[in-house]
Amino acid sequence: MELLEGNNLTMVFGGLSALNSVDIKINKGEVLSVIGPNGAGKTTLFNLLTGVYSPTKGRICFRKREIKNLKPYEITKMGIARTFQNIRLFGEMSVLDNVIIGQHCRTRTGVFGAIFKTPAVRKEESLVREKAMDVLEFVGLDDVHEERAKNLPYGKQRRLEMARALATDPELILLDEPAAGMNPQETNELIELIEKLNNMGKTVLLIEHDMKLVMGISQRIMVLDYGKKIADGTPEEVKNDEKVIKAYLGDGSHKEGRAC
Amino acid sequence: MNYYFQILTVIMINSILAVSLNLVSGYTGQLSLGHATFMGLGAYAATLFTLKLHLPFLASIILGATVAAFFGFVIGVPTLRLKGDYLAIATLGFGEIMKNILLNLQITGGPMGLRGIPKVTNIYVATAALILVIFSLNRIMNSRVGKSFIAIREDELAAEAMGINTTRFKILAFIIGAFYAGMAGGLYAFLFRYINPKDFGFMKSIEILCMVVLGGMGNTYGAVLGAFIITVLPELLRSVSPVIAQYRMVLYGLLLVIMMIVKPQGIISGSSLSNRIKRKKLLEKGGQ
Amino acid sequence: MDIIPSIDFALWKGMDSKMFIEQIINGLTLGSTYSLIALGYTMVYGILELINFAHSEIYMIGAFLGLVMVSVYKLPFIAALLVSMAGSCLLGITIEKAAYKPLRRANRIAPLISAIGVSIFLQNAVLMLAGPQARPFPTGFNVTNLNLGSLRISSLQLIILLVSIVLMVGLHFLIQRTKLGQAMRATAQDKETAQLMGIKIDQVISFTFAIGSALGGAAGVLVGVYFDSVDPMMGFFPGLKGFVAAVLGGIGSIPGAMLGGLILGLVEMLGAVYMSRYKDAIAFAVLIFILLLKPTGLLGRKVQEKV
Repeated sequence: MELLEGNNLTMVFGGLSALNSVDIKINKGEVLSVIGPNGAGKTTLFNLLTGVYSPTKGRICFRKREIKNLKPYEITKMGIARTFQNIRLFGEMSVLDNVIIGQHCRTRTGVFGAIFKTPAVRKEESLVREKAMDVLEFVGLDDVHEERAKNLPYGKQRRLEMARALATDPELILLDEPAAGMNPQETNELIELIEKLNNMGKTVLLIEHDMKLVMGISQRIMVLDYGKKIADGTPEEVKNDEKVIKAYLGDGSHKEGRAC
Repeated sequence: MNYYFQILTVIMINSILAVSLNLVSGYTGQLSLGHATFMGLGAYAATLFTLKLHLPFLASIILGATVAAFFGFVIGVPTLRLKGDYLAIATLGFGEIMKNILLNLQITGGPMGLRGIPKVTNIYVATAALILVIFSLNRIMNSRVGKSFIAIREDELAAEAMGINTTRFKILAFIIGAFYAGMAGGLYAFLFRYINPKDFGFMKSIEILCMVVLGGMGNTYGAVLGAFIITVLPELLRSVSPVIAQYRMVLYGLLLVIMMIVKPQGIISGSSLSNRIKRKKLLEKGGQ
Repeated sequence: MDIIPSIDFALWKGMDSKMFIEQIINGLTLGSTYSLIALGYTMVYGILELINFAHSEIYMIGAFLGLVMVSVYKLPFIAALLVSMAGSCLLGITIEKAAYKPLRRANRIAPLISAIGVSIFLQNAVLMLAGPQARPFPTGFNVTNLNLGSLRISSLQLIILLVSIVLMVGLHFLIQRTKLGQAMRATAQDKETAQLMGIKIDQVISFTFAIGSALGGAAGVLVGVYFDSVDPMMGFFPGLKGFVAAVLGGIGSIPGAMLGGLILGLVEMLGAVYMSRYKDAIAFAVLIFILLLKPTGLLGRKVQEKV
């Protein structure tokens, strides 16, 4: 069953089209990866799906509802969460508070509730805290929950971004190059984490450069080049696709791609 | 003795102003150069409620603050779409427009202002008000609402991606800040018994901003400290010797520059104190 | 004198075309001084992203310098103008070195407060030296009204327009055609890259302050002559409006500052006919209106945030 469907997605920036009639379909429960050389339009695709930009042309349906003109926060509330390519944590806030913020759209305390600390507010606060700790435990950051986010080492900051996204209770989670800048050990841990997420029933859309990671965990791979979709299929199919080899794997990384 | 009580009362009122601007600029990250506008609206509204409708003092202050909050909403809706310095200039612009209107309306007494306001504000009332403001603000800041404010300051785009309706929460911060500032304005009117549009102009907005920055942006107690220093400093310079009294404003300007150069993050920098308090609370609640 | 509009113009609800044109000339005259002030703001902002609040005091001190040159040293007007510009230049450079340079690596707001401190300092220093009273500005030449057909322009207005135009053309030449201007443009685009290309940033910044301040000082002299009045508080409103003009045109943009100043002057003068009591509010109402329609000003660049 498809969870999200984008048709004919086109995004033009000042005469340059970053994305050119791309179709995308994400099935419930799968891990789909989007790969492609730099500037292929991967992040633009993410920004369209999460409402940062509104597409010049095309439509996006999430759970059969048009989301093209929704604001990012409305899309998050509907169940799509994301991480950012360049980490965007709330640096001065604690690790725990970062995850608590993630639950913003699932909670309702207002100004007056906060001032008078009604029993309902107290209850909500303790539930939020418990859930935040659960999520932190899930990603393995529960021991540093008091630390300020900006003081975490790089790999842990990436995990915290995932924890924060997870806290919004998404059905679909979009990861923008989660392994960028990670060492092999951290990458392995990340793969485990994504698998764990998937086993929990979360649908994952992944942008990644790390071929090993992509080939290992994706059920399906979609390849973008110059804003166009050039391939879409299982890792096996994509790996052997002539156009993909030419456009993306090229000569140098070709061997590496084959190796896995 | 009376003189000292007067100064202390002014410190309390200025603290409320600084704390409320800190909510908007320090916590939520929206630079405002028109905060005195809301003080003025609160002062005028509270005064008129008492003088024309003969409402009791407390009701006038609260209604005055509500009027200011309403204008916080009216001004906030269009301007908060702007970012950074553009927002700052738009708030400045609204402040000047408001001053111009106050100067020209019959009911506000035009450039003559309003006189004959009963003196009700004293040190006790002002202190109680400040405590109430800080108490409620702390509760807000430790809640979902306050955390959203800080998230917006830290990274607006990420905040939006976390499901925060950033426009709505920025306006909310503006409204709450305007409410507190309006309250301070009411207290001010009932202390000095005379108000004039010039009391709430750009220079006052700047003065409030200086308090916040001097104490340390993003820290409620820093704002109080800043209000204390900025209020006491000119008085102190005046009392040291009559010669210095003449140079008081010159020195004031000079000291602002020196303090910024020596400590650009303000005296209580960033969120160090509030973070420490938060951390302590976290530990008290037990290691979950 | 018909150059002080607020009182008599309120009576002219039904303007005829002659008055309308005269009002446009008044607006352009006032607007060209706003443009000169706006240029100082916009150039500094373009390079340092700093709202230089002390600029309005440079304008005021420029006016005083001109006044002293004319009344004490009996210099002819143009010489006084040049001396005033040179003095403002030095003042601008000094302010930058003393109050902003140490804060270049600090957060955004500290330099702003520092600028406000400088402004308070200068305003009160002049207040102490010169006293609060407004002084007349003797120009040494007779103000005559030129009649062009049925139109009347004062020779003063012509001089102001002429000087403003000369200064702005000069600035344009400096920025577009000289090496220093090229360095300024490069620095405004990307400070780090400019530095890597061997541009001496400190020099460029000093230079920017120098030029901006000279223009501000010139505006002070021109307005002092125009209204025949100089006082220590005279910088406040023109300073704010000059800044409004810069934002209106798109801050950081030099043609924008020129355009913004002229628009502001025109709108204010024409608006003053219908609602003279709200003259000061009009400028800000226009500003907010434009910002809401085009958040980066008329000629400002749109910056897309990278995600």
